[in-house]
Formats: sequence, C-alpha cells, structure tokens
Amino acid sequence: MTFSRLTRGLGGAAIAALLAATPALGVDLQFFFPVAVGGGAAKTIEGLTNDYMKMHPDVHIKPVYTGSYTDTIAKSLTASKGGNPPQLAVIGAAEMFNLIDEDVIVPFDDFVSAKDKKDWLGGFYPAFMANSQAFGKTWGIPFQRSTPVMYWNKDAFKKAGLDPNQPPKNWDELVKDAEKLTIKDASGKVTQWGVRIPTAGFPYWLWQGLAIPNGATIASADGKKVFFDTPEAIQAAQFMLDLTTKYKVMEPGTLDWGATPKAFFTGNAAIIWTTTGNLTNITQNAPFPFGVGFLPASKHYGAPTGGGNWYLFKKSTDAQKKASVDFVKWMTAPEQAAKWTIATGYVAPRPEDWDTQALKDYVKKVPGALVAREQLQYAGPELTVFQNAQVTQILNNALEAVMSGQAEPKAALTEAQKKATAILAQYQ
Amino acid sequence: MRAGDRLITFGGWLLALLWVAPLAYAIWTAFHPSAFETRFDLLAPLTLHNFVDAWGQAPFARYFLNTVILVTMILAVQLVVGTFAAFAFARLNFPGKSVVFSLVLLQLMIMPDVLLVENYRTMRMLGLVDTIFGIGLPYMASAFFIFLLRQTFLQVPTELDDAARIEGASTLTLIRRVYVPLAKPTYVAFGLISVSAHWNNYVWPLIITNSVSARPLTVGLSIFSASDSGIHWSVINAATLMTSGPLLVGFLLFQRAFVQSFMRAGIK
Amino acid sequence: MRRETIHAWLMLLPALVVLAAFMHIPAIETIIASFWSTARGMRPSHFVGLKNYERMIADPTFWQAMSNNLIYAIITVPLSMGLALVMALLVQGKRGGTAFMRMAFFTPTVLPLIAVANIWIFFYTPGFGLIDQVMNLFGLHAPNFLGTGATALYAVAAVAVWKEAGFFMIFYLAALQTIPTSLIEAAQLEGATRWQIFRRITLPLIMPTTLFISVNSVIDAVRLVDHIFQMTQGGPNNATSILFYYIYQVGFQFWDTAYAATLTVVMIVILSVLAIGQVLLLDRKVHYK
Repeated sequence: MTFSRLTRGLGGAAIAALLAATPALGVDLQFFFPVAVGGGAAKTIEGLTNDYMKMHPDVHIKPVYTGSYTDTIAKSLTASKGGNPPQLAVIGAAEMFNLIDEDVIVPFDDFVSAKDKKDWLGGFYPAFMANSQAFGKTWGIPFQRSTPVMYWNKDAFKKAGLDPNQPPKNWDELVKDAEKLTIKDASGKVTQWGVRIPTAGFPYWLWQGLAIPNGATIASADGKKVFFDTPEAIQAAQFMLDLTTKYKVMEPGTLDWGATPKAFFTGNAAIIWTTTGNLTNITQNAPFPFGVGFLPASKHYGAPTGGGNWYLFKKSTDAQKKASVDFVKWMTAPEQAAKWTIATGYVAPRPEDWDTQALKDYVKKVPGALVAREQLQYAGPELTVFQNAQVTQILNNALEAVMSGQAEPKAALTEAQKKATAILAQYQ
Repeated sequence: MRAGDRLITFGGWLLALLWVAPLAYAIWTAFHPSAFETRFDLLAPLTLHNFVDAWGQAPFARYFLNTVILVTMILAVQLVVGTFAAFAFARLNFPGKSVVFSLVLLQLMIMPDVLLVENYRTMRMLGLVDTIFGIGLPYMASAFFIFLLRQTFLQVPTELDDAARIEGASTLTLIRRVYVPLAKPTYVAFGLISVSAHWNNYVWPLIITNSVSARPLTVGLSIFSASDSGIHWSVINAATLMTSGPLLVGFLLFQRAFVQSFMRAGIK
Repeated sequence: MRRETIHAWLMLLPALVVLAAFMHIPAIETIIASFWSTARGMRPSHFVGLKNYERMIADPTFWQAMSNNLIYAIITVPLSMGLALVMALLVQGKRGGTAFMRMAFFTPTVLPLIAVANIWIFFYTPGFGLIDQVMNLFGLHAPNFLGTGATALYAVAAVAVWKEAGFFMIFYLAALQTIPTSLIEAAQLEGATRWQIFRRITLPLIMPTTLFISVNSVIDAVRLVDHIFQMTQGGPNNATSILFYYIYQVGFQFWDTAYAATLTVVMIVILSVLAIGQVLLLDRKVHYK
C-alpha cells in the first residue's frame, strides 16, 4: 500500500517536527472523554486541563470530547484496535471487564508509590471502588460518578394533602403517596402521575435502584456471573411493573429517559427518579419547590452507582503512563473535584473533597447535592461484567419486555439469565 | 365539483400542516424560553437566548464548515468521476462492457454504508479515520449518477459527435463542449440528490469520526443532544435551525429551478 | 489493444477503483469474515466454518429484526410513494398556498433525521406530547407510542414516511410537468372524468418515475435507521430493531465483528436480489423509452 506508506511517512515527519519543537523531556498525552450532562462540562474539562499544563509546561495534553458514554467506549476500542489509542480515557465504570478483556488497559497500581496506593487509591468512597477494582488491582479511578436519586414536587404533595417535607421512605409509602398524587380529569385521563421511573433505552440502571434495596446482587465481583433470576431481582421487576398495571400510579409502557425532567416540570409526574447529575437542570427549570431524597427502601436503602472512571491505556510509553497518572491524580484532587462537582452535579468521589470551602459553600446553596453523597453508604455497583454491552442489552430487553407488556417478570428474567450465562460461559 | 375541489384543498392543507409540524415546532421552541417547550401560548415571550446557548455549547460553526466541505468535495468528485464513466459506457465500445456495467450497477443497492465494518478497516489501513476525506471517499463514485448520466448521454445525437470530431476536437474537448452542457439538468438534479443525501448522512460519519475537526453536523447534533439531563428541545432545535436554515432558504429560492432541471433530466 | 478500449478503461478507472475498494472487495471480505470468529484481546480469530450462520439461525433477535424490517418496508414503501404522488398532484397547479405546501413537503429533505428525531420524541410523548395535546381537544388520549411493543415500530415507520414522501414528491412533480397539457385537454373534451384522466393518462406516463422511486424507497426501508438511534435504540425489547440497526449494535456496541459480518452477508444477499430485479426493471424502462 503506497498510500499508507505515504501517510505513515507524513506521520513520521510530523513526529520529527514535534520532537524538534518540544523540549527533550516533553510528554504528549491525549485523552478521550464523554459528556453526559450538557455542553458546558466539556469546557470545564478543557479548562482544568489547561490549568494543569500551565503548572507543567513539559506536558502537553489534548482532551478529545467523544460524545456519549457509548460513543466514547466505541471510539476508544476502535482506536485501540487501529493501533492508535489515547493514553487515557474517561469511560463508563461498567466497562472495566470489557476493557480488561480487550487487553487495552493496565492497572494503576504499578505506577503509583506505596504511599499513594494507600492515600490516593484508598481514599475514594468504597461504593465507587466496587466496580473500579478487580483481581486485586485498581483499573479505574472514579471521576464523573453519579447515582440515581428521587425528586419530588412539593406543591403537588401539598395539593394531595401530603407533607411536602416527608418523601416516601419505602416502597409501601411510595405506592401510598403515589396513589394520592395520581390525579385524573373528568374524562378519566390521568393529568398527573404519582411517579415516573424512566424505563426506555437503559432500564437496568433504575431497576437496580429497586433490586439493590431489595437485597439482590446481580453480578459476581469478578464479572463472570450474573444473578438476574433470584427472587429478590424478580420482585424488583414485579414492583416496577405493578406501579403501572396494579397500582396504576405510573404511565404504562416504557418511559423515555430524556423526556423525564420535562414530565416533572410540566406536572405530568409528581415524583421522578433520575440521576443526581440532573440536579442543576432541575434546580434551574422546575417552576415549583422540589425535594431531593434517597430512593425508597425495601429491605434497606440502596441505589446503583453510575458514571465514568479514568482508565490508563496499555499502548503508551512508561513516561506517558507516569505523566498520565500524575495528571489523573491532580484531576481527582479535592480542589479540582470540587470545581467539577459544582460545574456538573456529579458526586465528588472522595470524602475529603467535601471538606473544601468551595463544596461547603455549594452544599449550603444546593442542599440536594448532599443526598447523593449520603446515599453512597447504601450503594452498590451498577451491572459490571465481561461482555458488558451484550449482557446489559439482554437485561434491558428483559426489563423492557416486562414494562411494555410483552413478558412476565419471572419468565423474562429467567430467559435473560439463560442468555447471559451462555455468553459468559467462555470465561468460566 | 366545487365541493370536491374544496375538499382537496382542505386535505392538502392538512397534509402540509402535518409535514411542516416538526419545523414549526422547532421554530416555536427555538425562539421561546424552555418553559414553553410543551405549552403553546401565543403570548409567550420571544428570545434569542437558545441560539446563543447552542452556539456557546458546541462548535456548530466548525461542524457546519465540515459538512459544507464534505458535501462539496463529494459532489465535485462524483461529477468528474461519473462523467468519464458515463461517457465510456454511453459512447465507447470495449470488451466486457456489459459485465463492468452490471458490476457498477450493483452499488445502486449495496451502498458503502452497508459495509461499515470492512470499510472502517480499510480507512484505518489508509490512515483516513477521523478525516473529512475519509467520510467522503467511499461515496466518490456514484453508480446512480453514472447510470443517470449514461442515459442522458445516450440521447445526445451522434451527428454532434461527428461534427466536433471533424473539427479535430479531442475526446476531452468533446465531453466538455458538447456532452456536459447538454446534460446540465442531470448535473443539477443529481447535485440536489447528492447534497441532500450527504448533508443528512449519519451512521457512517458517526463511526469514522472522533473529533471536532472532522465531525459533520449530523454527528455533532446527535452528540449535542445526547445528555443524561434530558432533552433540551429549545437549545437542540435552535441548533438544528441554525444549521439547516441555509439549506432550507436555498431550496425556497431555487425550488422552481430544481423542479425544472429534474424535468429535463428525464428522471421520470 | 485498441485505442478506444484503452480510453474506455482509463475513463472508467477512477470509478472502478472506488467501487472496488469500498464495495466489491469489502463485500467479499465480509463474506470471508463470516466464517471466522471475532478476535478479542489476546484470543486471535480462528476459522469456525458455518458456526456464525448456525448461531444466526438460532438467534431470535435476528429473526425479529428481519420481521420488523419486513413490516417496516411494507409500511414505508407504499405509503411514502403514495403520499409523494398525492403531494405532487396537490402542488403542481397554481392553487392558493402551493408555495407554502411545497415548502412544507420539502422540509424533511433539509432537516437531518437525527435532529428531527428529538422533535418526534416530543410529539409521541404520552401525557404532554403534541399528539396527546391535539387528541385531548377531541376528548381522546394518546397511547404511549414509543413505549409499547405493539405501537413502537409503527411510530418509527411513520417518521420514515415523513422523511421520504417529501423527498420523492420532487421526482413526481418533475414527472407530472412533462405530461403534455394538450393530452389532458383532449381527454377533457371527450368528457373524461378526473379519475379517468389520472388512471388512463397520468399514471401510465409517470410509471418510469414510480419505478425509480420504488427502488429508492426499498433501499431506504433497509438503510434508514438514523431516527431509531435517537428515539428507541431498537427497543422496547427489540420491537424497533431492524436488520441494519442490529448490525450496528452487534458490530459497534458488542464488538462482535464476525457475527456482524454474518448479518451483513444476509443483507448483501437481500440487496443483491433486489438489485438484480432493479436492473431488469430499469432495463425495461430503457427499452420502453
């Protein structure tokens, strides 16, 4: 291929030119990152990166905004397979085993000192580390992490004769409150639904918000087994369905994630479940006072974690890896974590972050931001297994089948368990 | 008869309203605060804030430029490549002509985006991943255009050919002076089809681009609207209008010319 | 070799290189890849014979995507063609509002489907979406169009019809204008009704256009998935997954490139059969002229 030789030649020339232009010790880094909370976040990441480069003139870092989480994992893998991976990337925490399996990342442990291993790697909330560590190594550094919370419309609570400062604490209360909050007009049309749990596209996440409080563990820590068909898991799906068909307090069918905040703002749904990352959006746009609370408990409180981690890519020089780790360490340090949390609504991933003045002030202004942090003590990892995309899709299909009336919870989840087990068989 | 006419006109308006509804909604939301995304209140305040927001949140100017470069580049190459191929099929005799023609026509159905996986691999080999050239390259020979233009060329009277030859014109001159001018409507008609297709193309650019410098509008818009915090119709629609506006205005200005060139191009 | 032959090949060369590089060769490579396994990390690809095909035949999602695709085509092809013709007939004259109607019917051609998909999500949203608001005026309630297995496929098909009909209208419009007015006037003098004129004169004369449009709409029925990415991601439970979307999902989300190749082979076979039919039809059209 003359053409590829030509381009390679050009690439070589470009590298030579770069080497001539930068000091001998200079390191070039590139990282991919997704933004799932609106356009402003990309600017914040770029700003932080520039701040870092000002302090470290010998390191040159290029952030590449690669779209959604799905886009970013796709781009990172295609780039890796093409022999041109970034040195770093922020990718969904749930992709850990997938990235290990594809052999494109290395654990952070080998590039940090013994002291940092304890102080830095040991300093994150355990709930976030649950799907960042495996086989005794740390593969991901929590960065833009989230968890679902419950938002409720205080005006609607008042109108329904409920205490606006007493959100439902458990499933029974949720049903009782939601029944009072469901309002029909003269023609029998529901004008206000009691609750809305979006179930279209990726229902597994909020379903885990029911399964975890109900005591279900849906995957093994080594990512090689799933447990979709346990009684606790089936019960969680049954409850989600019952909200629509039995109690009739939630719109039947699967519900779009993207339209959920709007449903809240327009009064179409009095209680919604969505990510803590929506806090800024809801604070700015809700035309009524609202509350933020834990997802209701079943056996106990609980919620899945979500969001993205930093990953260190295998195909880079040792100098690049060292520089990458240093950069990540700086990005996750309290000052930066505070800035990032305030800009986006993500949960600052280390207890010490919350001691910064910036976050203290922020929490005073937006007390809802604390809810996600408090809920972390009950949180479990979101579904994180080998062949993650495929297994997640199987679970999503089963839950969508349940919610759209195509299958019973037990049958759907038993079938999903069978399919997922077949896919994971190669790893046993 | 008159009642029937009125019924037809009414049906026509209904259909038109149905078809224009997405555009109308886009305009409504783009010029009003987001609180009016779902409420249609004639007294709603007007604002340009959404456009400012969209403009500030994503590099739409760059996306727009990328798309303009992309569609122009594809069209230009398609026209040149297609003209030569069409001429060869229409006017030259060579062994294997019908077989080669069939092989070309196969692309009418098996378009490059069907072969995503393999074409991605080829682009990687050529080092063209994440380049505008890489998005456009697989489309640069259009079987559809070759077929269309061959039909037109076949209708050119051979006397014109002979006359030009006697004057000592080379094949290239012949194509440029005789064939291309006579086929102008076909060029315009195909131009519209090509621009519209590539302006709107999504799946292949989504896969082959990684960064702002190559990303076309469609991918930029989809990335912009994919958000954990829900769909912000006002801002997304402002972005859509900003970026589709020029094409819409262009059509409104040139619609008669387009239709007429289609007519003469013999796409009928 | 004769000079003319050399000339011909030189003129065809650029087109043939591009076509071979991005259609013929990758099509063959896809067929080969379908007999191998997907390489993952440290496990290289190996020959598996017909295993991918066996898996496909046993894969209910594949069959669902196929039947979804068939329904999708059965809805979108005739509906978009029929509406395109109706639209063209509506705007060909100089009735009041023709210019507005033309613009209305043309909007789908300039608004990228991927962007419009968000608007359609709002239209379809139960409770406060546009369709629901309009239905409320008549005392009716909209169902959860995209969230119910029974309606989701029709809802995304309707968006495709919206997209295509406006585009195809332009072709019909051009065809209609080539019909000599004298022909229609003569028929009117003989007392032919409007319907008779349409059946006996208009319809036969625009037949070649109909053929041309039918080919394009069949292609679109296989290819047009942009809005599915944004609106349903193939859900609920694959209810809106059509073959091309499933190929994308397997190839670029599950990274199972070998299986994606196998699915693509099926698509190539279907398209080739359609292509042969098309060449035969278009050939007839040429002689017809």
